Amino acid sequence: MHIVVCIKQVPDSAQIRVHPVTNTIMRQGVPTIINPYDLFALEEALRLKDRLGASVTALCMGPPTASESLRKALTFGADRAVLLTDRYFAGSDTLATSYALSMALTKIGEEFGTPEIVFTGKQTIDGDTAQVGPGIASRLKLNQLTYISKIVVTDLEAGRITVERRAETGTQVLATKLPVLITMLEATNEMRRGTIAQALEAARAEIITWNAADVGIEDLTRCGLRGSPTIVKKVFAPTARSEAAEMIAAEGTMDAKARAVVDAIFGRAPGVEDDLTARALHHYV
Amino acid sequence: MADAAKPAPAKGGRANTKRELPEHFKAYKHVWVAVEIEHGAVHSVSFELLGEGRKLADKRGVDLAAVVMGDDREALGKAAQDCFEYGADCVYIACDPALKHYRNETSTQVLTDIVNTYQPEILLLGATNLGRDLAGSVATTLKTGLTADSTELAIDEDGSLAATRPTFGGSLLCTIFTLNFRPQMATVRPRVMAMPEREEGRTGRIVEFTPNIAEDDVVTKVLDFIADRDSDTAALPYADVVVAGGRGLGSVENFQLVKELAQVLGAEYGGSRPLVQKGWITSDRQIGQTGKTIRPRLYIAAGISGAIQHRVGVEGADLILAINTDPRAPIFEFAHLGIVADAVTLLPALTQAFARRLRVTRMAS
Repeated sequence: MHIVVCIKQVPDSAQIRVHPVTNTIMRQGVPTIINPYDLFALEEALRLKDRLGASVTALCMGPPTASESLRKALTFGADRAVLLTDRYFAGSDTLATSYALSMALTKIGEEFGTPEIVFTGKQTIDGDTAQVGPGIASRLKLNQLTYISKIVVTDLEAGRITVERRAETGTQVLATKLPVLITMLEATNEMRRGTIAQALEAARAEIITWNAADVGIEDLTRCGLRGSPTIVKKVFAPTARSEAAEMIAAEGTMDAKARAVVDAIFGRAPGVEDDLTARALHHYV
Repeated sequence: MADAAKPAPAKGGRANTKRELPEHFKAYKHVWVAVEIEHGAVHSVSFELLGEGRKLADKRGVDLAAVVMGDDREALGKAAQDCFEYGADCVYIACDPALKHYRNETSTQVLTDIVNTYQPEILLLGATNLGRDLAGSVATTLKTGLTADSTELAIDEDGSLAATRPTFGGSLLCTIFTLNFRPQMATVRPRVMAMPEREEGRTGRIVEFTPNIAEDDVVTKVLDFIADRDSDTAALPYADVVVAGGRGLGSVENFQLVKELAQVLGAEYGGSRPLVQKGWITSDRQIGQTGKTIRPRLYIAAGISGAIQHRVGVEGADLILAINTDPRAPIFEFAHLGIVADAVTLLPALTQAFARRLRVTRMAS
C-alpha cells in the first residue's frame, strides 16, 4: 500500500506579531512548524504502515525552506519526502493550491505507485480554511472522507475502507472504496517520537524537489496569484468599539471588587438577573 | 478561500484591476443559501444565513433562494416553509432516496447541478463540518472562489461579494473578493450572524429539482449514525451566559474556578485557543474563530487577552465583562465592562458574590 500525507509548513501562530503601525506581519524570527493538524494525519498513516505494511510519502508545497518540515516527517517515520516548490506558486489560494498538489500527487503515483490513501490535516492553523483536502479529492476523483476520527477497517484486498466521521450531532460510520482522501480530526492519536536511527537517516535523506514543470504543469495561469479566483483586497486590524469599556475601579478587598462587578453587570443587564433568579428558584422547588 | 496566509497583493497589482466579468457569468443572478438538514432538522445556521442573505439580496435588488436536499418530502416541505418564513423568496427542493443522509458524493453532485442549471450570483453555506465538506467540493468542481469562515458579508453595487474573515492565525482581518468567477461562495460559522425575525405565514415559490443520482451508483454508504450522548457542548453556542478562561489562569487546576462560576450562574463554560493547545480543555469548548462562536446575553472572559480570533467569536455577546491583569490587553477594546485584576483571586470572590446576590434576590421576590 502507498500512502501520501500532505503537510504544510506554517508559522508558529502563537508567536506571530503584527506591526502596530503598518499592520503587516512581522515574519522575521517567527519559527516555522509542521501544521499541527497535519501531525494527526501523518501519525495515522504511520499506524497503518505499522499494521498493514505501507510506504508513506510526505508531500509539501512551499518555499525551499519547507524542506525542514519534510525532514521532520522523515524522522517520524515517513519513507519518502517530496517538496513542490516554484515561484509561480506564490500567492496561491486554495483552488490553485489543490491544483498544484493534485498534479504532484499524479506524478507521485506515476513514479512510486498510485496511493490508496491521501491524508491531510483537517485544516491549517494559518489559513484555517479546510478547503485544500476537499479540493484535492474533487480534482483526483478520490472518495472524500473529512473529519475522520477513526479508521475502523482497511481491507486492501477488497479495496474498501470503513471509517468514523465527526458530524454535527454525532458520529457517521461510512464505508467506501479506495482510493480515498482522508482529512484527519485533531486529538485522534498522538504523534510518536522518531528513533535516533530515523533522525540520522533523515538528516542524510534526499528531499525530492519538483517545480511546476516537473509535475507536468504547462499552463502557469492556473498557478499562484493568477490561478486564484479569490483576491485579498484589504488586510486590516479591527477597530476598537466606539465606546470604551467601563472600567470597574473598586477599592478594598477582593470581595468588595467582586460585589462591584456583580452590581455593574446587573446594572447593565437587569433582565439577566431576573432570569438567573428565576432559574435559581426553579432549582430549589 | 484563500489561503489566508498569502500576503496582500501589492498596490497596482492584479488585486486592483477589475476585469470585465466574462460573458457567460453575466446571467448569474440572485443570492442562495444551501440549507443544512441532518436527520430531518434544519441547522439554525441556515436561518442565520437567510437573514444575512436577505440583506444582500435587498441591496442588490434580487431574490433570495434556498436549496433543500433530502429524502423525506414532508420534511423538505416543512423546511421550505421555514425558509420562506426566514426570508427566502424561492426554495429549490431536491428529493431522492439517495439524499437520506448527507454524503459528499451525492450532495456535491446535486448542488453543483442545481447551481449550473439556475446560476446564482452568490452561494452561502454554514461553516459546519457538513458545510465545509460540501463547499470545498462544490467550489472546486465549479472552479470558483470560496471564502471560509466569513465574519462579515457585504455587496458592492456591481454585485461583488466582499467577504471579511480573520487571517494570519486570527491576528488580522482581510476582505476577500471573487471578481471574475460565479457563483461567489462563502461559508459562515454558526452564531456569527444573528437569527432573523420569523415572519409567520410568509410564502414563496417552490421549484422541484429532479436529482440525477441513483443509490446503486453511489460508492460511499452510511453504515450507522451514533448520536452524541453528551449534548452539553452543543449548548455552548446557544447559551445565555458563558464563562471562559484563558492563559491568564496560569494552570489547569485554576480552570476549575471558571467551572465553579459557570455552575453558580447556570452558564456554559469554555476557553481560548491556547488552552486547547495546552490540553486544559477539549476543542469543542474552544471559543473563537476556529472554535465556537457565541452570542450570549452575558459573557465573562477571565484571563483572556482578546486576540482577534477570539474577538470574532464573542462579539455578538450583549454584555462582555473582561478580567485581566494587563490594562492594555486588547480585550478591553471590545469589552463593555472591564476590571484590572488577577482572575485567579477574583473568580472565587465573584462566584461567592453572585451566589449571595442571587439568593438574596430570590428571598426578596
